Amino acid sequence: MNAWQILINYAVIPLVKIAVIVGILSGGIAYLTLLERKVIARLQQRLGPMRVGWHGILQPIADGLKFIIKEDVIPLKADKFVFTIAPAISLIPAFVVFAVIPFGPPDSLWGTGGYVTDINIGLLFVVAVSSVGVLGIILGGWASNSKYPLLGALRSTAQMVSYEVAMGFAIIGVLLVANSLSLVDIVQKQKTMGLWFFFVQPVSFLVYYACGMAETNRLPFDLPEAETELVGGFHTEYSGFRFSLYFIAEYANMITVSSLAVTLFFGGWLRPFPNVAALAFLDLIPPPLWFTIKVLTFLYVFIWVRGTLPRFRFDQLMNIGWKVFLPVAMANVIVTSAVLLSFL
Amino acid sequence: MQEDIFGAIGEETILDANQLTINMGPQHPSTHGVLRVRLKIDGERVIDAECVIGYLHRGTEKIVENRTYTMAVPYFDRTDYIAAVSNNLGFVECVEKMLGVEVPPRVQYIRTMMTEFQRIASHLLWLATHALDIGAMTVFLYAFREREEILKLMEAVFGARLTIHAFRIGGLWQDLPHGFLDACRKFSDGFEAHVDEYEGLLTNNRIWLERTKNIGVVSAEEAIDLSLTGPPLRGSGVNYDVRKARPYAAYADFDFDIPLGVHGDTYDRYLVRVEEMRQSNRIIQQCITRMPSGSIRGKAPRVIKPPVGEYFHSVEGPKGELGYYIVSEGGTSPYRCRIRPPTFINLQALRKMVKGHLVADVVAIIGTLDIVLGEVDR
Amino acid sequence: MTSAVADQIVFYTLAALIVGMSLMVILARNAVRSALYLISALIGFAALYVRLKAEFIAGVQILVYVGGIMVLFLFVIMLVSVRRMEHQAKWSHQWKVALVAALVLAAELAYPIVKGRSLFAVKQTPEAVLTKTQNIQTVGEVLYSTYLLPFEIASVLLLVAIIGAVVLAKKRI
Repeated sequence: MNAWQILINYAVIPLVKIAVIVGILSGGIAYLTLLERKVIARLQQRLGPMRVGWHGILQPIADGLKFIIKEDVIPLKADKFVFTIAPAISLIPAFVVFAVIPFGPPDSLWGTGGYVTDINIGLLFVVAVSSVGVLGIILGGWASNSKYPLLGALRSTAQMVSYEVAMGFAIIGVLLVANSLSLVDIVQKQKTMGLWFFFVQPVSFLVYYACGMAETNRLPFDLPEAETELVGGFHTEYSGFRFSLYFIAEYANMITVSSLAVTLFFGGWLRPFPNVAALAFLDLIPPPLWFTIKVLTFLYVFIWVRGTLPRFRFDQLMNIGWKVFLPVAMANVIVTSAVLLSFL
Repeated sequence: MQEDIFGAIGEETILDANQLTINMGPQHPSTHGVLRVRLKIDGERVIDAECVIGYLHRGTEKIVENRTYTMAVPYFDRTDYIAAVSNNLGFVECVEKMLGVEVPPRVQYIRTMMTEFQRIASHLLWLATHALDIGAMTVFLYAFREREEILKLMEAVFGARLTIHAFRIGGLWQDLPHGFLDACRKFSDGFEAHVDEYEGLLTNNRIWLERTKNIGVVSAEEAIDLSLTGPPLRGSGVNYDVRKARPYAAYADFDFDIPLGVHGDTYDRYLVRVEEMRQSNRIIQQCITRMPSGSIRGKAPRVIKPPVGEYFHSVEGPKGELGYYIVSEGGTSPYRCRIRPPTFINLQALRKMVKGHLVADVVAIIGTLDIVLGEVDR
Repeated sequence: MTSAVADQIVFYTLAALIVGMSLMVILARNAVRSALYLISALIGFAALYVRLKAEFIAGVQILVYVGGIMVLFLFVIMLVSVRRMEHQAKWSHQWKVALVAALVLAAELAYPIVKGRSLFAVKQTPEAVLTKTQNIQTVGEVLYSTYLLPFEIASVLLLVAIIGAVVLAKKRI
């Protein structure tokens, strides 16, 4: 292997992939906001954005431009340094996570694999990196030096730390079945088993998805930014582009949670019933497209729930997290281990 | 004093002490206008709450002293601007009582019907904002969809949607437009299903139940002591409704029930209001089928000069008992006109209701009181 | 050969970063800034673990320390007034004790540096271990066999700490 090959294998190909994923992700987030507005509008019997382009198709671009040219207000008594970097701390982990999420099988993309990298601690990496995002929210709330953001930040700290625990336990269920932390291996295992892990670990999936909604601060768990109580929660004092960074991070996290749900429980890039030969015609749809379709389904559920449910109160939220989700997830881990040890 | 109002925003502390004073409002998404509540909180628990009102004070009562009775009517559109028709009805009937004017039955029926429409519209707005405050966004738009229909009906009759100037002293400005009753029937027939729709989203929703049950409980005795009226009173199980207690307009002619709550919590008040919408719809249907024909003007004098004396008349507004106390010295304008604003008095219960609850509940309780700052501040 | 040099460069860069950040932790006046520097230092440690082929430890380091413990640190820091802290004396009165403690610690650190590699008996290189099994399996096996007792003692200790915290925090149980 000469120097050129090393350069191409370890620098050029990953960089190209990263660029493509970041590009698709940014565009995806922009159009996710449009999708959300359109879907919610349909639920509520109205039209949603219609003015910018055909059926509001250019709305995200207009919004992006608006965020960039808006005045960047930093409150006088804010801690300027922390106030400035907090949105970035929230945003960066949200994107970094996608380094290990597989969009296609290892032999796709001319043998380079349908992912940026496949590391042996992939799942742990996702959980660990996304846990860093909480820091951005706390620091942003604190640095604003104002009461509502502080209350919002305290709420989010408590909320995200508690739900991370339940989520971790929910994921362990999959881990036990798959016997690997690598996300690529987890999907491959679902192929060899011929069964999506959802059918093996339904409890684990439900806990994971509910906790995922709490992690991303979406209704009915959107307490850190409950606009009717805490005005804007932790980002009350943020405006313009810094605000949009938080916004992008939230939507990126939605995509992360959905992607991970698809990868762990719904066979990632695999078609439905990957081992049933009669359905082989489904392979005409390329794996990354299957992945996208599944992710979109989960994103739709996110939006749907937002359109339907009221919001929990803070103490109720904590009760559910610690007294319902966590015990259920732990029981699931114990039962799964017992079954695996005794029958397999 | 200034210091005291703004609390401990000063230099040193944000969370030094256990207690934190936060200002909810006057600019806050869910204080329904410019209400400001100074909350003393310990963590998220409310220790004390104090309403600071007056941000929307326009001196309506004083202005009216310098207007003739006829000119005064539209000012009451702007007190409780969510329910302009009810306000108009109260004032107009009070002046008619002063003058001793008899109003033709057709006018009484139209007034009753339109007031009930207004009650539905007001309750819809309440439901919309209350649900939105608790996070249910879709109910907001569903409720506004029906409110829009009612406002269209209002526009057809009175020519305006919000500040309507609905009734004139002694009668109406003009008769119902052609085909109006059919439009009303169409709305009325479909409305029951829409209420079911809202209830489907909320009434048995576990999150909704957890957010509203046992929140802001007021017992029947306390409700009477606080002189609450309207749904907050009836939610506590006290059977008092001016429409039944002292029937006015054409209410004596109709069959309708007064829904009552049991526990006096936010959920019961929600149920009471939702049921009131159904009952209002019942009244409207009876109005439509029994609408008498005839004149739309009573024999009111051209220049209104009520005899000397003090008069009080109250009607059941959507938010509670809405009273007008007018002192006449025999001139063309009142010597004194005092409004008994239901929401101003209901708001006094806030402090009692929020103590010991969480910040999130404050929003639910403000919502359940159904205040309109235009009326609180006048 | 080149990879060894690159390895050295990575190590010393990380080491310098960690030392610098650690210094900033104690030098920064603002407690939140201190916490931020500590977070940077901890992420540096995680990178060092990756270099040692202990990816699992690296992941856990970030998850537990950065995502968990530092969040709780910040939680506590936010509840006290930072401005008041900035006005407090920078040097506490216990500097004599601190000096002794620091000297002892320095000696402890200096000893292995002087003695070098001979201090630890290196049985297997990480690469050799990892050819057999995966990272996590290795960690798990060692934890539940060789180091079972310390592991269990640590878990009991944590349990005691949790119960203690609950007792302290709850007025009525």
